Amino acid sequence: MCGICGIAALSLESKIKESDVRSMLPPLRHRGPDGIGVYLDPFQRIGLGHTRLSIIDLTGGAQPMHNEDKTIWVSFNGEIFNYVELRKTLLKEGHSFYTHSDTEVIVHAYEQYGDDFVHHLNGQFAIALWDSNRQRLLLVRDRVGILPLFYTRQGDRLLFASEIKALLPQLSEAPRISPASLDQIFTFWAPQSPNTLFEDIFEVSPGRMLVLESGRLQESTYWDWNFPVQDGYLKGSDTELAEQLYDLLADATSIRLRADVPVGAYLSGGLDSSALVALIRGHSDAPLKTFSIGFEEQSLDESAFQKQMIDYLGVENSRILCHNRDIAEEFPATVFNAETAILRTAPSPMRQLSGLVRASGYKVVLTGEGADEALGGYDLFKEDKIRQFWARYPSSEWRPLLLKVLYPYLETSGTQAKTYLQNYYSIGLDNPNQPGFSHLTRWFTTAQCKVFFSKELNFALREGAVARLTKQLPPAFEHWHSFNRAQYLEAKTLMSGYLLCSQGDRMLMANSVEGRFPFLDHRVIEFANRLNPRLKMRVLNEKYLFKQAMKNYLPRQIIERHKQPYRAPDIPAFFSTNPPAYVDDMLSEEKLKRYGYFDAQKVGFLLKKARRGSSIAYKDNMALVGVLSTQLCHYFFIEQFSQTIREAGTAYPSST
Amino acid sequence: MTINMKKTIRKYILENLLFTDDESTLQDDESFLDGGIIDSTGVMEIILFIEESFGFRVNDDEMLPANLDSVNNLATFIQRKQSIAA
Repeated sequence: MCGICGIAALSLESKIKESDVRSMLPPLRHRGPDGIGVYLDPFQRIGLGHTRLSIIDLTGGAQPMHNEDKTIWVSFNGEIFNYVELRKTLLKEGHSFYTHSDTEVIVHAYEQYGDDFVHHLNGQFAIALWDSNRQRLLLVRDRVGILPLFYTRQGDRLLFASEIKALLPQLSEAPRISPASLDQIFTFWAPQSPNTLFEDIFEVSPGRMLVLESGRLQESTYWDWNFPVQDGYLKGSDTELAEQLYDLLADATSIRLRADVPVGAYLSGGLDSSALVALIRGHSDAPLKTFSIGFEEQSLDESAFQKQMIDYLGVENSRILCHNRDIAEEFPATVFNAETAILRTAPSPMRQLSGLVRASGYKVVLTGEGADEALGGYDLFKEDKIRQFWARYPSSEWRPLLLKVLYPYLETSGTQAKTYLQNYYSIGLDNPNQPGFSHLTRWFTTAQCKVFFSKELNFALREGAVARLTKQLPPAFEHWHSFNRAQYLEAKTLMSGYLLCSQGDRMLMANSVEGRFPFLDHRVIEFANRLNPRLKMRVLNEKYLFKQAMKNYLPRQIIERHKQPYRAPDIPAFFSTNPPAYVDDMLSEEKLKRYGYFDAQKVGFLLKKARRGSSIAYKDNMALVGVLSTQLCHYFFIEQFSQTIREAGTAYPSST
Repeated sequence: MTINMKKTIRKYILENLLFTDDESTLQDDESFLDGGIIDSTGVMEIILFIEESFGFRVNDDEMLPANLDSVNNLATFIQRKQSIAA
């Protein structure tokens, strides 16, 4: 994987300087420690930069790369997994290649198919492509947002880069944190695409293409999650469909094993990563190395299940044992890498894990993200199903009790918990057809954290996060099955906006490791989207068809295991012992007041409570991590703006 | 006695669930549930608080909004428990 960047002229007067493009490279060094390259167009209309992590065609793959007559140039971050097949097709069409790299297929595919070239790509990518004949720049991101790409306007220039920190050296002043984005983060866990934490800095949204031509930017969607309306579901028996799903997953996995370096895999001990490791085992003879996280905190630890899979499949395994202290100490660096406010510390152990991968001599890992979204695994989908069922008969005494299946702690408080249960989960019950119904409980709970917003921040907020999101849903959304609507919202908010970036790419790339995601192969998603929802969730049995597809390849205990969401300790990570000094500093009354986002008195009470060890509520945990990470973002990217630019690419900020 | 107890309850709810010392933000008869003051884990915090502060156990069948869902309900509940114990 790699880092890309560049600058394009938005007016005829503007000339791009090579030194400006070069200034964007050091902050991307971790994405591509194996080499750098710059291309400057002779008329200085555009400059493209690239930092390289070499994985395919180790000697010939230098970028930016061009076509036969050097009229088309590309700076590319990612992998085109079907490049072998695509290359053959393009050779037949008369294109000649000067390398064996997957990057080169992009320029020829563009020559061959125009803007439709992207439909021919199976992979994960962020592409900047310059067509000098037509004087146009394309910025394209993969279908689901595995790889990042950000942009901003700066005077009459368009700046773009894989990470926001690479834009900073070309900004005339520090960016500002956007109140609307904070509102979205403190509701959905992530800014709503194309927003980022920062005002006027945007991302190219997943599945979208941005074209710059004659000084004008035009955006279009080339792919999106799409579901059948009414009877458009796939026909066939459960067994036939399970076999088709297995074949697709096997192919999606095997093309992701293509690399000129050894490939490892993450193993959490849950169904998805176990299935993935079984699929790799079935389609590769190479010794497979797996990597796992264990937690000091027993309730979060999955070591026993990991061991079961390691023994069952006979794979090598290395693991980290994650201590509370590590999370607290690594948190500032985690936030610096994530470049956004986060409400959970969960990315931090993922960052540690990629460190282990790198130290073990691996550059590439396969990982199980996307199975829950595509194949219907989340508890949230069950909650939605139960709430839909309940909404048909709102006065039912027993329908809401089904929710106890999901939240076992409610069981301990006996039938008396019923009233509480009914109260928490009855939100929006009078209108189960409203667009965000599936997510209302979660969004409502998360948004309780906004109680810590300062008066000034509240004053700056205009339109509510949920209202804004529901306005931007595709027209077909309202015609989809409620289960598919929940899937869509999950994929577009939490998965793209948080799991694949803050907890995914940014944590992998912090240690120069590339992740690959077979379950997010668009053929898998398109197939899964056409499955009848009852095949994803049979009554309340999640990922039903997926389990059918994998049942012969996994131990029964893994197939039948109750799903455990991946979590890391939040408040306890900081306060089970004395927190590192930066915590007090960032949450001091002085800094809270000066930065201005949060109410210093309220945060003060939260801190007191956290220190006492009596913060159990989700709200408190999310709020504390959210406040701390926002403060850290302000510190790194605004207060220390000049210093961060100076130090970029040399060292990461330390925690103390 | 009741006034002091109410004060203790109010102080706890204000500082730990509303994160403020502004007395005007909480009415004694205000529902914690309806006001979004507690989330699905918040009720456990309230139970821990009364068990630790008032020295009795809250039984499963007592975990009802009628006992726990406002300053007034809490005060009445605690008083009743204390009088039984006395």
